[in-house]
Amino acid sequence: MDTIFALASAPGRAGVSVLRLSGPDAVTIASGLMSDVPKNRGVRRLLDNTGDLLDEALVLQFPKGHSFTGESVVEVHCHGSIAIVGAVGRRLSELGAVPAGPGEFTRRALDNGRLDLAQVEGLADLIDAETEAQRKQAVRVFSGELGALANEWRAKLIRAAALIEATIDFVDEDVPVDVYPEVLSLMSSVEDGLARQIAGSGAAERVRSGFEVAIVGPPNIGKSTLLNRLAGRKAAITSDIAGTTRDVIEVRMEISGLPVTLLDTAGIRETKDVIEKLGVDLARQRAEAADLRVFLTDMDRQTPFAPVAGDLVLLGKSQPPLGVSGLDGHGVTEMIDQIGAELSKRAANAGMAIRERHRVQMILAQTQLKIVKDAIAQSAPADFLAEDLRIAVRALDSIVGRVDVEDLLGEIFSSFCIGK
Amino acid sequence: MKHYQVVVIGGGHAGCEAALAAARLGVETALITMKSTDIGVMSCNPAIGGLGKGHLVREIDALGGAMGQVADASGIQFRLLNRTKGPAVQGPRTQSDRVLYQKEMQAVIAGQANLTLITGEVTQLIMSGTRVTGAEVDGIDQLVADSVVLTTGTFLGGLIHIGDRSFPSGRMGDAASQKMAQQLRSFDLPLGRLKTGTPPRLRSSTVDWSSLDMQHADIDPSLFSFLSDTLKVPQIACGITHTNDRTHQIIRDNLARSAMYGGHIDGVGPRYCPSIEDKVTRFADKSSHQVFLEPEGLDSDVIYPNGISTSLPEDVQNDYVRSIAGLEQVEILQPGYAIEYDYVDPRSLAPSLVLKTCVGLYLAGQINGTTGYEEAAAQGLVAGTNAALCSLGRDPHYFSRSECYIGVMIDDLVNRGVTEPYRMFTSRAEFRLILRADNADRRLTPIGRKLGLVSDARWMRFCDKLDEIDKARNILEKVTLTPSDLNNVGVRLSSGSGARTALSALSLADCGFETVRTLVPGAKSIDALIGTQVRNDALYAHYAKRQQRDIDALQAAENLLIPSDMSFDDLSGLSNELKTKIARLRPTNLHECSQIEGMTPAALLLIKGTLQKKELRRAI
Repeated sequence: MDTIFALASAPGRAGVSVLRLSGPDAVTIASGLMSDVPKNRGVRRLLDNTGDLLDEALVLQFPKGHSFTGESVVEVHCHGSIAIVGAVGRRLSELGAVPAGPGEFTRRALDNGRLDLAQVEGLADLIDAETEAQRKQAVRVFSGELGALANEWRAKLIRAAALIEATIDFVDEDVPVDVYPEVLSLMSSVEDGLARQIAGSGAAERVRSGFEVAIVGPPNIGKSTLLNRLAGRKAAITSDIAGTTRDVIEVRMEISGLPVTLLDTAGIRETKDVIEKLGVDLARQRAEAADLRVFLTDMDRQTPFAPVAGDLVLLGKSQPPLGVSGLDGHGVTEMIDQIGAELSKRAANAGMAIRERHRVQMILAQTQLKIVKDAIAQSAPADFLAEDLRIAVRALDSIVGRVDVEDLLGEIFSSFCIGK
Repeated sequence: MKHYQVVVIGGGHAGCEAALAAARLGVETALITMKSTDIGVMSCNPAIGGLGKGHLVREIDALGGAMGQVADASGIQFRLLNRTKGPAVQGPRTQSDRVLYQKEMQAVIAGQANLTLITGEVTQLIMSGTRVTGAEVDGIDQLVADSVVLTTGTFLGGLIHIGDRSFPSGRMGDAASQKMAQQLRSFDLPLGRLKTGTPPRLRSSTVDWSSLDMQHADIDPSLFSFLSDTLKVPQIACGITHTNDRTHQIIRDNLARSAMYGGHIDGVGPRYCPSIEDKVTRFADKSSHQVFLEPEGLDSDVIYPNGISTSLPEDVQNDYVRSIAGLEQVEILQPGYAIEYDYVDPRSLAPSLVLKTCVGLYLAGQINGTTGYEEAAAQGLVAGTNAALCSLGRDPHYFSRSECYIGVMIDDLVNRGVTEPYRMFTSRAEFRLILRADNADRRLTPIGRKLGLVSDARWMRFCDKLDEIDKARNILEKVTLTPSDLNNVGVRLSSGSGARTALSALSLADCGFETVRTLVPGAKSIDALIGTQVRNDALYAHYAKRQQRDIDALQAAENLLIPSDMSFDDLSGLSNELKTKIARLRPTNLHECSQIEGMTPAALLLIKGTLQKKELRRAI
């Protein structure tokens, strides 16, 4: 049984953040983070692997049978900074803890008879919400470049696994005898991609970047003026000329303690101007991928595309005194409160786990691919190779989607003439 | 009116194993077949085993079934496939003498206690509401039964195609039993349509063998049954030839006349066993395909040309076959044909293979959308066992995909259904490294013994084998080998490796049992087969440990049973869509529940919570 961890309090900047560690090795793992784990509760210095101070925190220990999950649990109440929580989480991963899957604490509590049905129902609702939040996040993370990359990885891994399976399940058939040159080249290319994602900004950057809120509307409705007011500076060029904003302009700020990137987008309209059209397409793409959209509209309340639950639809500057105006600040505070309320609600459900989990899974896959390559070099039997590769593919399930035996068979039957 | 506890309808591979399994459990069993000579007929390729399929035969044997021993007694070309790969994916296969196979199977059936063979046509099932209570034979005799196993192959809507000719039938020459088909249709079961094809059969004496490459049997044959020690019949070789450009041209020119391509067939065919029309069309860049010329028996003049199944008209078959090297003068004894048939969506079955909507009626074999003798026989064994358990008032037995290929197949069938005729592959078994052909007895014979499927003789032999394995392990564990000991006999070691026991040395890639035997004084007495077993265990021990967690999780979910009377209607928080699906699919345990399309983690949690509370209450 793995020992799992996750942030138990809402993510984002806060007074205190609570990391919960649960499982048979909770105390052993925690003792790698501090000099000694208090029997009951106490203040401890949290150290990284070189002995440098990460934070000073309140640490609580709940013995087996007396915790939320019923397992041995250690809670670390550290300062509520995204950077500290991230660093402590990474240290826990290093020490062998695994980021908790959605609902995993609850599942364990349930397994150990710690919940009644009403609690299970309540928690199931929460998991539903989190699943939805993750789906949205996955769409955002994977709709861009990383998405194309994930699809590419998936296709290559399916092909590599199918090649090996073909040599196992279809001997005496017309399949190539030595598939390994192709298998190796497929794996190398996935390995390169993984290495770039792990080393580069990839997952870690997204932890810092927080929520995206897009301001959307027809041209010249005051989107850029509103952005400038929020930013407190001239981040975007404004003019009376419709279609001034072409590129997507980003402004980082904090709303209700959460890191938010505001996006000012080109006014969405039909246009013959090639450059403006590029801007409009980009605006739409970015806006749709954002966590939340603020639509500024005319009196008719028409939006360029359909809002989703939680989006704000507000009147723009052309409708004084009702509209939101970046010029005189009318309605801006109310708008920020509404955005803050909505994002806080979501922050309670979304976590850093999804990103941290992706990172851990990518590292696992990388290690595993290396094992497969070594095994091929030593001419290990195909059934060993297939199993090692399967573990690598499974590690990437959450990124590339589940690879099923039907995917492998489909690849085999479409590539080779099987059937002697 | 005669009463039987279990009645099995159909004497094919599924029916034989079903009837034998029920009878082994000690219940009065009747096996009804149209003609007694139909018992053990190989209607297609006269071969048993292969990759994945060989595993199934070993498992059937480990559970006391007949297929392994019958194949051993009639096998005329034993070959262990994947000999150079890891033992987990090696598959025993043999070609069988068609006549000998039939004779052996008939002898097994005749010799089985509690089993009565009845010749006749079942005209209808006798029903009492949604419960089956017997079968009517030839419209006259009524047999009363506690449970009925239906193994009727392709009889449901069976339609044979040769070119543009088509006629209803089960196998070639059989009358389709239309009346029972109608009755089965009235049960309103979800049906699908599949197709499969066979090649033309050739006269051996008209083949120019001297011009062909030959494929020989293994010198050291791997038999199927754990009870077999030696070969019973002489071994033969197969010929290998190839199609060529002219063959492909003839086929292309006549595609419009093929049943498959002329638009006469609606069913879906297997991708792994395409017709020659399919091969030529889909792999147009290949100028040649392999054809294996397999003799159907020791004294038979019939050749089964493996690789050229077809539904072209007879004159075209004649032309293209004669364009192939070695077959220039060949005589076709029986034309190839395609057959289309209805199958029952296996998702309407519980893992015991009983129909969820019809108490006491079990289905096994091709009717469930599978193909192959081995797949059919394995299902027969499961259905017959459960039909007997039901008659005895005992709980059904579900085989887990973590313990056998049989379990993998049944889990795939009842949870995922089929889109093409289902065939076993080793890649379907995620625990493949543990589910080996060589350890099928250790995985299943104890289970079979508990169920009552395994005879005293088999059980004693099995226990002796376990003792021998223990002894061998003891001998090997006590001897320590240094790296230089191993280097001296040619085992490559990474630098810095220390001394290890002879047992753990067996886990090294290039260190077989015979290598270790030379280094361990006491190992001379160890039987080579036992040594290989110990070696195989050592080889996969590392992987076995890693897979254990997955297995535990799967088994925990499988063991959380959903009572058949349980309703999820008032479980708040479960979407109506899922409630409808659960009500329709009636999962029997939490694992099956998790396989339902659209199931979410939250919903699964709710269901699990509900089930656990129920279990808890029952325990109190």
